[in-house]
Amino acid sequence: MVDKVTDAALEPDLEQPFAELGLKPDEYQEIKTILGRRPTSSELAMYSVMWSEHCSYKSSKVHLRQFGDKAPPSDALLVGIGENAGVVDIGQGWAVTFKVESHNHPSYVEPYQGAATGVGGIVRDIIAMGARPLAVMDPLRFGPADAPDTKRVLPGVVAGIGGYGNCLGLPNIGGEIVFDSTYLGNPLVNALCVGAMKHEDVHLASAKGVGNLVVLYGARTGGDGIGGVSVLASETFDADGPAKRPSVQVGDPFMEKLLIECTLDVLGAGLVEGIQDLGGAGISCATSELASNGDGGMHVNLDTVLLRDSTLSPEEILMSESQERMCAVVTPEHIDEFMSICQRWDVEAVVIGEVTEGGRLTVDWHGEQIVDVPPRSVAHDGPVYNRPLARPDWQDALQADVPDRLNRPKGGSALRDTLLQLVASPNLADKSLITDQYDRYVQGNTAMAQPDDSGVVRIDEESGLGVAISTDCNGRFTQLDPYRGAQLALAESYRNVCASGATPLAVTDCLNFGSPEDPAVMWQFSEAVTGLADGCLQLGIPVTGGNVSFYNQTGETAILPTPVVGVLGVMPDVAKRTSMGFTKEGDLIFVLGTTRDELAGSQWALVAHDHLGGMPPELDLETERRLGQILVEGSENAVLSAAHDLSDGGLGQSLVEMALRTNTGADLRLPADADPFVALFSESASRAVVVVDPSQQEAFTNLCGDFPVSLIGVVGDEPELRFDGLFSINLDELREAHTATLPALFG
Amino acid sequence: MTARIGVVTFPGTLDDQDAARAVALGGAEVVRLWHGDHDLKDVDAIILPGGFSYGDYLRCGAISAHAPLMANIVDAANGGMPVLGICNGFQILCESGLLPGALTRNESLHFICRDQVLKIENADTAWTNDFDNGDHIEVPLKNGEGRFIADSKTLEQLEADNQVVFRYVDVNPNGSLNDIAGISNARGNVVGLMPHPEHAVELLTGPTTDGLGLIRSVLASLTARSVA
Repeated sequence: MVDKVTDAALEPDLEQPFAELGLKPDEYQEIKTILGRRPTSSELAMYSVMWSEHCSYKSSKVHLRQFGDKAPPSDALLVGIGENAGVVDIGQGWAVTFKVESHNHPSYVEPYQGAATGVGGIVRDIIAMGARPLAVMDPLRFGPADAPDTKRVLPGVVAGIGGYGNCLGLPNIGGEIVFDSTYLGNPLVNALCVGAMKHEDVHLASAKGVGNLVVLYGARTGGDGIGGVSVLASETFDADGPAKRPSVQVGDPFMEKLLIECTLDVLGAGLVEGIQDLGGAGISCATSELASNGDGGMHVNLDTVLLRDSTLSPEEILMSESQERMCAVVTPEHIDEFMSICQRWDVEAVVIGEVTEGGRLTVDWHGEQIVDVPPRSVAHDGPVYNRPLARPDWQDALQADVPDRLNRPKGGSALRDTLLQLVASPNLADKSLITDQYDRYVQGNTAMAQPDDSGVVRIDEESGLGVAISTDCNGRFTQLDPYRGAQLALAESYRNVCASGATPLAVTDCLNFGSPEDPAVMWQFSEAVTGLADGCLQLGIPVTGGNVSFYNQTGETAILPTPVVGVLGVMPDVAKRTSMGFTKEGDLIFVLGTTRDELAGSQWALVAHDHLGGMPPELDLETERRLGQILVEGSENAVLSAAHDLSDGGLGQSLVEMALRTNTGADLRLPADADPFVALFSESASRAVVVVDPSQQEAFTNLCGDFPVSLIGVVGDEPELRFDGLFSINLDELREAHTATLPALFG
Repeated sequence: MTARIGVVTFPGTLDDQDAARAVALGGAEVVRLWHGDHDLKDVDAIILPGGFSYGDYLRCGAISAHAPLMANIVDAANGGMPVLGICNGFQILCESGLLPGALTRNESLHFICRDQVLKIENADTAWTNDFDNGDHIEVPLKNGEGRFIADSKTLEQLEADNQVVFRYVDVNPNGSLNDIAGISNARGNVVGLMPHPEHAVELLTGPTTDGLGLIRSVLASLTARSVA
């Protein structure tokens, strides 16, 4: 028997399974207050998914407000935080939308489908803005590379990303792969998508105009992913391990490809008043958000929803997270044309309801009313928690444990061994075993992809206008100091975009943390968000959207705080992009920026001593901004032949990557006054290596002005890196060390 | 008169935009063709682009081989019209019987995306006459099911009759028999290959511009046909 609105009044004291659905007692009470009665079972289902941490941001909202409050003035922002994804003006009438999201929990339970549907979900966010998706990127975090469970999770995640993304026809242009023991029970699978549209094609998720029709189109609704956001993504895993398989969705990339083309066609034909993708919380989310953003209410007849499984209950239909579905608001005059475009693409579509007067969201099932709620109370006015936060009691001890006592290599031979050891370590080793499983060519607009500093895609084939994107986060730095660590992530991503020659415009972030119910985690979160908001204000680039993923915690073990930052930059002509590889013999190699004795949290401390302690590198964002200017101007004016940022692994790692990229060596002389160990392995911020043709040296000197710069060598004539007075390494030996690690573990 | 080259879109075709760009950069007129039509729109040659038509949930290309437009394409090919199948397009040509053999799962069981060197083994086909026998070209390769197989008799015949058009050099990325990357029919007007020449048409986005040679070839063969 279905629980009707009239039943709720007749049986006010019926016991309801709110706790099993993830709601707390006071939240259940609040629902009763809003409705003036107990909810029906269908209403309870809707509130439980929409008020989940994943959908409502109830623990993070009070902190995330800073991204709006501290947003730098920007002419570029067309649509800000709160929509499916932010939209940025990149000039020439073009706009770009981009966003990064997490799919962490499902990817641990079922790596292939979890990662695959992560790609699918973020792509639908982008098409829901009216944009054609251009490219994807995947920032990934796994447990130790040699851990048995990493061998289960990593290949599945990589195959899922490839299997879904390759089949969609979207190039995968970058991302990250990082290993750390804290991610063993909580791998992070974040997915970023970027899309482009003309300014006039921006669409929003709102249901306006009484009498307009609500169309559900795409895949049929099935029993997969029920309660994914509430039960799976909003709680910590218990020590018994994964047992929540039915909460994971199953993806069909072929249907998603049809959905992309079909959606772009109906948008292009001007047939859509409002549009929303179906992801977490399914129909509950799409209908309540569309209605909440609209100017009236909405009535839905749930019997019309096309089902994969005819035995589904109305509660399950409302909560199902079946993939590859979209919801559009269409005027009655346009509905026939809308349906015929769907038919052309073999996409099933059905009118499930209409926009009504009166501001209520009502749902009928078998002729009875089962939902009657104010949509705003479901979609936007969920609970808000100001959770207790406390600086962890171990933070001082961690920061006091500086790496000064660690034994440092001395002399050429020991430095040589350390360099080989570092470039072969899983975090610094070549990742092509993984990235070669992704299509980076499709669409024919990829001007640069991994392993270069950022992915670059062309948007306008006439002018060459394009964008560059990089995602970064060093969780070790964030653990040492979440405020500065988050700013270092921002700085690194900013630097990567500049190194490619693009001017940074906007930021998206995926904030991956442990349990918000732990005051120490909440402190980390609050510090990181504040650091990021302050940093974005100082660099003048707004956060346009993103995602929070809490509960990345197994038992008492939380992950390293991991605020992944994605910076988007614009390039008027992508043909002027700058790559990282060494160019021709005799070109000059410079280090821009100041190298300090900063080894805390470094890859050297991890690889050589398994040590994490001290304070992360100092950061001056004004210096970072100035460095960025030099890199961008140097690229635009062709003063720089190559550029590469300095970050994980320091100068040694960057030089190896630049040499192996083009199989070209270099003759190097480290500054005489510098400790060679510090010069090679320090991870000081705001630095880059650049290569300059001798004919451009004067222009380069003028460009740098008083910015610190030191000449460290010339591009060589032999396939060898020669460090004068210290050591030499043949590139074959370096390549063997750099490329053998991942195939040995996962090949 | 500019040659008209048709680029076919099936549900799940991904590289149609890229094939169209290659045709345009090669100097021909692009004509978009739709799988569900029975209309070749008076094209002079046809490209079946790469992708995952119908999701490749069945054997790759098996469903697309039965698309309405394929009946027209088979007739046109049998009449001598140049037809090029790239990746999924090659798989569709094999499934439709225009080319022998089959493409199966890569030996490594992984999808592979890399820049691949190929040797031109037959420069007499409609799509390779701009090259010389023995030329090396470098184009992207990206597939999960690109391992060419055929029974030994077919394989011997392909080799004997010069129907092997492209062969992998240095690395055989997917375990294809005899390092075969691409083949033609006996007449040489229908060619299929797994690597992607349409992704090697601009130095901005590809490793070389070697892929344009296939477009130049078909334009030359169309000119030769119209003169004859």
